[in-house]
Amino acid sequence: MSAQDSATDASAALPKARRDFLPLLLPVALGLAALPFIPSSSTWVTLTIAGLAMGMMIFIMASGLTLIFGLMDVLNFGHGAFIAIGAYLATLVLLPLGGWMQADSIWLNLAAVVPAVIVAMAGTAVLGLAFERVVIAPVYGQHLKQILITMGGMIVAEQILYALFGPQQIPLPLPTSLRGSFQIGEAAIEKYRVVCVVAGLVVFLSMLAILNRTRIGLLIRAGVENTEMVEALGYRITRLFVGVFMAGSALAGLGGVMWGLYREQVNAAMGGELLVLVFIVVIIGGLGSVTGCFIGALLVALATNYAGFLVPKLALVTDIALMVAVLLWRPRGLYPVTSR
Amino acid sequence: MMPRVMPLSGDPPRSRVLAVVLIVIMVGLAFAPFLFPGAKPLNVAAKVCIFIALAASYDLLLGYTGVVSFAHTMFYGVGSYGVAIALYSLGARWDAIGLGLAIALPLAALLALAIGLFSLRVQTIFFAMITLAVASAFLVLASQLSWLTGGEDGRSFRVPELLQPGTVFVPRDVLGVAVTGRTLTYYLVFVSCALLFLLLLRVVNSPFGRVLQAIRENPFRAEALGYRIVIHRTLANVLAAVVAAAVGALNALWLRYTGPDTALSFNIMLDILLIVVIGGMGTMYGAIIGGTLFVLAQNYLQALMGTVSTAAGEAGLPLLPSLFHPDRWLLWLGILFIASVYFFPSGIVGKLRGGSG
Repeated sequence: MSAQDSATDASAALPKARRDFLPLLLPVALGLAALPFIPSSSTWVTLTIAGLAMGMMIFIMASGLTLIFGLMDVLNFGHGAFIAIGAYLATLVLLPLGGWMQADSIWLNLAAVVPAVIVAMAGTAVLGLAFERVVIAPVYGQHLKQILITMGGMIVAEQILYALFGPQQIPLPLPTSLRGSFQIGEAAIEKYRVVCVVAGLVVFLSMLAILNRTRIGLLIRAGVENTEMVEALGYRITRLFVGVFMAGSALAGLGGVMWGLYREQVNAAMGGELLVLVFIVVIIGGLGSVTGCFIGALLVALATNYAGFLVPKLALVTDIALMVAVLLWRPRGLYPVTSR
Repeated sequence: MMPRVMPLSGDPPRSRVLAVVLIVIMVGLAFAPFLFPGAKPLNVAAKVCIFIALAASYDLLLGYTGVVSFAHTMFYGVGSYGVAIALYSLGARWDAIGLGLAIALPLAALLALAIGLFSLRVQTIFFAMITLAVASAFLVLASQLSWLTGGEDGRSFRVPELLQPGTVFVPRDVLGVAVTGRTLTYYLVFVSCALLFLLLLRVVNSPFGRVLQAIRENPFRAEALGYRIVIHRTLANVLAAVVAAAVGALNALWLRYTGPDTALSFNIMLDILLIVVIGGMGTMYGAIIGGTLFVLAQNYLQALMGTVSTAAGEAGLPLLPSLFHPDRWLLWLGILFIASVYFFPSGIVGKLRGGSG
């Protein structure tokens, strides 16, 4: 894909890195493999779109985590909290604007949704900054403490959400213009799912563009490869760390808003539940790899959707089964990034 | 304290205060049914025993091996459910308990072996993520497969007659306290937990335990000396899992009930983490101190929080009532947890030993 292409463009004089297309084919193969088992092709289309939409949302949440790990060698167990906080921040904007949400005008709907997304992303970015500086910075390089502390941060954040917003679920209805579905042939495709797919693709492609085409992206990639060397060349790696952490948290917040609207409700436990899913995706993709994370998210979501339709009981363990299968094939995930 | 060197595996408390506190706790637990009569105190005492053994088995992983596992409650749950399902389907018989254990303990060992071989090869962070994922999948499975596990409701069952509360050995008017099947169950729990603790103490002070510590301090060097990291870490994981499963079985026998909340919930995992960190990682004795403090706090401080919350509510203070609501117990635990990882990484035992250990 374009990631690989542009990476080699930038270094045309160097010998070309061996490209690894095999994992890219996996989601396609999974989709085709499920086709014969599903009675009608319209159901297959619906399931596939649903899987893609879910995969894109998971990717948006997980991409921040994988980038943070790749660059800083920090695995943020508190990432789930940012997902939940993003969703709650969005409700703060969307619920007072309920009238605009229910209005039958796409502009009024957007006038409610866009500020909500901005507030959620800005809020989680600022919290991410605080979390990185206050909680994580003292324990850089100490994995054991990092795991314990970020896990503690996750619990505290979840409990504060409970204390502030109460234990009940907060309904978060979709805006009117995103309700309903398109009819293509016999397949019904929900509008919001298409929006999710588009949003996920935009995030994925812009992330690849930033990483591969900009100076910042170059520094980030260099930092992933060898932090000390980038520092020795005179760049302030700490600033880069903070920036990436904020961006990752903001993406978690965005994912939280999208997930809240998808489920049409928000509760404080969603962070913990999604964190597990996000971890599975990041492990499948290979810790630190954005492309791997993208493929992992699509695989997990597609498998869950197909299994949920074919054998509902099996859907409970598809994530784990998929993870085990991938790790048996590639013990460090699809695209292992660093030697760490 | 003559026989202390042998059972303590040559690893005495190494602090006078610590030794005194430990003796007080041990005596308190050993005579709990007579010192603190009544259903609730006995319940608390049994829970203290169970959490001490459970936290000690976790300390083998976190403190001595230096890996973070989030699947410890899963093994605890395997033991609990093993005994519960056996007693539920076969009736209140001793061989049902044996069968439950005979299935649960090897199952826990196998699961731990598989997870360990899978994820301990690369790095410990991988292990933490994978155990979290597997444990949450297991929790979902246990609450969904209701034909086997009873789903969210769990399984209530009867224990063998000897252990039932109705069985009276010594009536109340002889000792002032009735000695019943419940007392016998308590001593079963107490003695088993004590033996498991001594076993773990033996393990961490064996050559094997020393290798684990070496790997924790410097994996590269340990490997260079010829010790296979994966094998040692995996064995520690298996051992911790089997002990956790055994403790889970004891918990099931004591509660005469097993459900997702008592055997598998993630809150138990957090409790264990907190006990080990506050008590002192890599000390074993930390599990005794931490476990006792924690269970006492959970049973008596949580009620206090309720009082504070209502008082703040009546005084019309904003936000405080919801922050001190008993359901927000975890909030304060979490804050305490973070603070102790930062400021007391050696825990209470480390403080008492004055940094010499």
